[in-house]
Amino acid sequence: MTTSKKVIALIIIFTVAFSSLLTAQNEKDSIESTSLTEVVATAKEQKEIIAAQKLSGQELETLNSFSVADAIRYFSGVQLKDYGGIGGLKTINIRSMGTNQVGVFYNGIQLGNAQNGQVDLGKFSMDNIEEISLYNGQRSKIFQSARDFGSASSIYIQPRKPHFIANKNTNIKSNIKFGSFDLINPSLLMEYKINNNISLSFNGEWINASGKYKVHYRRVLPKSKIIAYDTVAIRQNGDINAVRLEAALYGTLKKGAWNINLYNYSSDRGVPGAVINNKWKRGERMQDINSFIQGNIKLAINDRWNTLLNIKYASDYTHFENFDYTLYPTNNKFRQKEFYIAMANLFYLTDFLDVSLSYDFQYNKLDADFQRMDNYDIFAYPRRTSHWLSLATALNLNRLKIQASLLGTLIHETVKKYNAPDDKHVLTPAVFASYRLLPNEDLRLNAFAKKIFRVATFNEMYYVEMISSNVKPEYATQYDLGLKYTKHPKYSIIKNIDAQIDVYYNLVEDKIICTPKSPLFKWTTYNLGLVKIKGLDVSVGNMFKMGNVFLQTKLQYTYQEARNYTDPGDTFYGHQIPYIPWHSGTIISSILYKDWTLNYSFIYTGERYSQSDNIVYNHVQPWYTHDVSLVKTFQIRDMNFKATLEVNNLFDQDYEVIFNYPMPKRNYRFSLVVEL
Amino acid sequence: MKKIQLNITLILSVIISILSSCREDEHIVVSDVQIIRDKTDPNSKIAGMYLVNEGNMGSNKCTLDYLDYTEGIYMRNIYPERNPTVVKELGDVGNDVQIYGNKLYIVVNCSNKVEVLNARTGVRIKQIEIPNCRYICFRREHAYVSSYVAGVLIDPNAPLGAVFKIDTTNLQVVDKVTVGYQPEEMAVLGDYLYVANSGGYRVPYYDNTVSVVEFEGFRQEQQIVVGLNLHRIKTDKYGKLWVSSRGNYNDIYSPYGSVPSNLFVLDKRVGYNEMIVTDTINIPCSNMAIHGDSLYLYSHDYDNITQQSTLTYGIINIKTKKVISKNFITDGTEKEIKMPYGISIHPETGDIYVTDAKNYVSTGTLSCYNKEGKRKWRVSTGDIPAHMVYLKK
Repeated sequence: MTTSKKVIALIIIFTVAFSSLLTAQNEKDSIESTSLTEVVATAKEQKEIIAAQKLSGQELETLNSFSVADAIRYFSGVQLKDYGGIGGLKTINIRSMGTNQVGVFYNGIQLGNAQNGQVDLGKFSMDNIEEISLYNGQRSKIFQSARDFGSASSIYIQPRKPHFIANKNTNIKSNIKFGSFDLINPSLLMEYKINNNISLSFNGEWINASGKYKVHYRRVLPKSKIIAYDTVAIRQNGDINAVRLEAALYGTLKKGAWNINLYNYSSDRGVPGAVINNKWKRGERMQDINSFIQGNIKLAINDRWNTLLNIKYASDYTHFENFDYTLYPTNNKFRQKEFYIAMANLFYLTDFLDVSLSYDFQYNKLDADFQRMDNYDIFAYPRRTSHWLSLATALNLNRLKIQASLLGTLIHETVKKYNAPDDKHVLTPAVFASYRLLPNEDLRLNAFAKKIFRVATFNEMYYVEMISSNVKPEYATQYDLGLKYTKHPKYSIIKNIDAQIDVYYNLVEDKIICTPKSPLFKWTTYNLGLVKIKGLDVSVGNMFKMGNVFLQTKLQYTYQEARNYTDPGDTFYGHQIPYIPWHSGTIISSILYKDWTLNYSFIYTGERYSQSDNIVYNHVQPWYTHDVSLVKTFQIRDMNFKATLEVNNLFDQDYEVIFNYPMPKRNYRFSLVVEL
Repeated sequence: MKKIQLNITLILSVIISILSSCREDEHIVVSDVQIIRDKTDPNSKIAGMYLVNEGNMGSNKCTLDYLDYTEGIYMRNIYPERNPTVVKELGDVGNDVQIYGNKLYIVVNCSNKVEVLNARTGVRIKQIEIPNCRYICFRREHAYVSSYVAGVLIDPNAPLGAVFKIDTTNLQVVDKVTVGYQPEEMAVLGDYLYVANSGGYRVPYYDNTVSVVEFEGFRQEQQIVVGLNLHRIKTDKYGKLWVSSRGNYNDIYSPYGSVPSNLFVLDKRVGYNEMIVTDTINIPCSNMAIHGDSLYLYSHDYDNITQQSTLTYGIINIKTKKVISKNFITDGTEKEIKMPYGISIHPETGDIYVTDAKNYVSTGTLSCYNKEGKRKWRVSTGDIPAHMVYLKK
């Protein structure tokens, strides 16, 4: 099937889906659903004007996701870079602007990685996650810290907060998972209500897996289709042994709320490298210890003034070793420290106009042991202080809502050796608007425009001996226009409809590129690169009820054209950038009947290229996986049980997300949850 | 309402079937062919030229191209279709290619092997396992392969390198000699093998010697101190050795200070059977090729402060050892080369071939210049085109 035919087919399908759903609605509009929000400081809590893509509750449980990375694949416009297996690196790229342009927030505070700017989402287990939200542009809510305004797109990971029913003051949930790759994953969650205002939660899990799985490489001759080679091997060096421990205190005040989180993750894992000719095993290993403590307090000072304070201290340790004797022996340790404080204030000026002012401060440092043979320490020891100041306003005129924000960033860097880069002062604006088109229908026209930048990461500037301190910031400009329709019919078999369509145009300028500028050893980072991205996101979610049977479905499709316009002299000028498929989509569906749930999900990633040149030799085939799971809940005395059997990659497809990094074939997981 | 349910089911099944029909069997990549408008002498003894593209590390994209002079065509990536049964094709990072007898030898560095093909058909004869192998040369019935690693013992201080000796009839490793640190190119001169040692894993204490290995007993007799971080070594028709050093890339923190790339000449010490450094040319040299009395070289002179490299395409007269040209490309097309990475001279016509590795992660090019330095043609290659060898008729 040709590409154009595929597009047409998909458009038809979505048109049919939309129209059939819309025409089915002849009941009166129901009351706006009352969504449960967190304990709010005042009666007038700010809601974002452009809703996020969200996965939470039942929907999140539907997905056979082991980590947050697996779940995020179901969002529109997202490409996950997955190097395979449980221990393999997993990072995301939203709307083709690059991994480093994505901000990831855990319980409201951004996770940093000043070293390489990427957050490995494979490290975040789904065990205690309540909700994952994706915002393009930014969370369009003005009562937030300045850093919340500072990424091209953001992922918010919300861990579970304690909720107690009736007279209970203790919740205990334990979960044990077994599965392919010799996975053992027990976890325990305990929540305790200290008094009416304070509750405590503790969560711990252990993940152990050999990471071994079968990989299958099969090639046929082009015309005759005779098998050229067909070989099966075991993926090696993908083992992991990790422990995650979390503790949290949540409290409410008369006019506010607070929480403190403690987080510790330590792992020892193999790094499964590229599978190349004559070499199926690698010797790289990595040990990590990531810890942080963070606190948040929200207060209503008076009727017209709300304030919040975020504080965080994080410490990250990485040890990388290479035991492959045929290669240069590597043994490096990296230590990162981060201190962060943010204050945000919201002022209710009038009934329809609010203003916010936020200030954030952050200090980062990176140490590493890069001693040469002459004991000369070649590492630069960078320290970075960042200040963010944001001013935002929200205008609420009944059907029209507008927000405008201006973010000022100041970055100062010092180094023990070589030259520090110049200070950077940058002002970046954003405008978000939402208009309710019909008075009686929740049909909204949304639009936003935003400019944002990122500075080079420590790795990009100070990696080993190559010092590239004169790197300019990389800018991303986004324009988005969308329609969103929500309906909760009362008297229909359709209980919920959520449909959205967005078109967008992004520009990435002065893209930070890291390549060797002379043969061998010498890498240089510089600003070169212009990428223009045009995209379309469509999603339709429904819930049906037929007697005792509930059916929930969600369809999502993304079209992206992300072309490289760096240099007309390049052979790849105007070509699609690596690993961005033109077409991608997902389907999620689940059927509930009494104690049983059957879930099905499908992910499709279309053809793409592994390198800049869109030539046959770099072509990567589409991949798609079907995952199913069967869930049964039951009760024994006071205990609630939930047993789940998952089958992933049901049709046993041999695929690669990243060239030469084979993904697992069909695999299984079983889990049993007990709650009391 | 029933209708809607049907619709949904229908839609789901249609989508699944559409999407599921998009994936095909993965097939062997076939070569593609480009016509080169270049007249060749029908009496020429050269049938063609093989070019090895290194491919970026971890990409498994080492590929083999072939320029057929008789047909006037350039064929890209011929290995998979001629060896469809080889799992994961040619391998990761090709580092050298040579022809000896009827066999074509490709040194594939990160795949830890030397691939031996029939030089006429390109069909595999055997693969010889050698860890971290770099370059290959020949004498009588043996091939010699330099390797960064001497033994299986893991030594954190980066062990000495070795040269492996291979019997070219049964393609077995028959012997091994330990040389300097991280040996690179080798040259055969008389009864000795000269090995340029780089010491690239020992920053800043790079190696600075050429190992002299006697063929008879196959042991290292001597190490001649030449220059910091040696790479290339070529013999000329006058019995001299031309050795290039990479220096330390302007490392001002090195105990030796900043040492630039250089080019040295080794010759017999008068009255002795021993090579000594006779001349230092004082020109940076990244790669070279000798034709007649001319040594063609290009160099990247990298400045750590400005982070700019200056490219030079020079000619040296090997008799007078004088630089006679600073730019053998005369038509201004050198501006179109971003990263020169390979050089070779056609033994009969004197045409100069220069490859361009661009940014190392995209398709490179091969440019052909005539003796006067005018570009005759240019073709796209694989990723990081680098090593060339001529096939005789």
